[in-house]
Amino acid sequence: MHFPGTTLAASSSAMTIISALLEQRTGQQIAANRAWRIETALKPLLREKGLASLDQLVAQLVVTRTGELGDQVVDALLNQETSFFRDSAVLDMIADATKMIQAEAAGRKVRIWSSGCSTGQEPLSLAMLFDERGMGEGASAPEIVATDVSPAALARARAGHFSQFEIQRGLPVRRMMTWFDGNGGDWAAKPELLRRIQFRQHNLTADAPPPGKFDVVLCRNVMLYFSPDVRRDVFAILAAAIRPNGLLVLGAGETVIGLTDRFRPCDQYRGAYRAVEAAPAKRAAFG
Amino acid sequence: MKTCLVVDDSKVIRKVARHILETLDFEVREAGDGREALDSCLAEAPDVILLDWNMPVMSGMDFLRALKDSGIARRPKVVFCTTENGMAYIRAAIEAGADEYVMKPFDRETLESKLQIVGVA
Repeated sequence: MHFPGTTLAASSSAMTIISALLEQRTGQQIAANRAWRIETALKPLLREKGLASLDQLVAQLVVTRTGELGDQVVDALLNQETSFFRDSAVLDMIADATKMIQAEAAGRKVRIWSSGCSTGQEPLSLAMLFDERGMGEGASAPEIVATDVSPAALARARAGHFSQFEIQRGLPVRRMMTWFDGNGGDWAAKPELLRRIQFRQHNLTADAPPPGKFDVVLCRNVMLYFSPDVRRDVFAILAAAIRPNGLLVLGAGETVIGLTDRFRPCDQYRGAYRAVEAAPAKRAAFG
Repeated sequence: MKTCLVVDDSKVIRKVARHILETLDFEVREAGDGREALDSCLAEAPDVILLDWNMPVMSGMDFLRALKDSGIARRPKVVFCTTENGMAYIRAAIEAGADEYVMKPFDRETLESKLQIVGVA
């Protein structure tokens, strides 16, 4: 659609409102030097809605007051990039660590939380690796809980369908043959793989963590979108959700250093962090 | 520098693949069918082969069998790279000895990830 005499250039107040919406819903901040991303990311939504500018979009957001348009704006702004076996050495390490933890768990079910799972490739990759290590189904199978803030991404994850591009990105063909059915452009994870994962919508910055304690938490390429203050809060939330000595795994460029004393770099599993007990609160001195 | 032999009867596909492979630091050789590819491999084995399925003179599958029978000392990794995207084709290719499988069209990330999987990138 062409709108004579209009441009997509948005007023700074529209940008501010849209940034605030994203931060309010997800805790994510858009740095000033990345503000251009807002326009690029929202262009398809503007086109779909027949809106000429971000200003008009903001006007709609204010008028409609229903959550749906807001959801669509937030979904469009989130970076949902992921792939099967992303940083495969890290996932192998997690699978090995899980096997060790399970050996020591004495019948207790080992629990894994894939947070910020986007369209599901990370938890599916873990489920495949666990299966290859004899932890596929039954008593020895770890419980995998996968969460994301985006309802749209999560709906796709639950459905387990992938395009030809997605299915080829990082997924070895033998694993594809074992775990997916498909022909041509649409590939579907087999139900026996998909059912090993519990998907839940979850906002790391606002919601209580999934119930129970986890042995391993993956939170890869999520923190980088948060401000340092939000990161501190999220680390505290994650620490509370991890068993003592449990493992936290971040993205390649992310660290806990300088932000929390609840995690320490792990010597045994390079690149992972180990949860340490909170420093005991100072005892009130009696007398 | 690793060497990749691109086997495809389409000049355009060879050019696209060459461009991507060169940005991934591969030395690229080209062949227009299975027969040319076999000659090229026997003269000097590449590290990896990107192999089309349907080609004149000798198809990708016939090339794969001929390569197996050739008694070549160091067998290159073989990545099928074809528009055939049905599970039956994929299974047949892997059973015939291909190491990986790329469904066309592909982009840089797809190709790079498959080359990493076979251990050459």
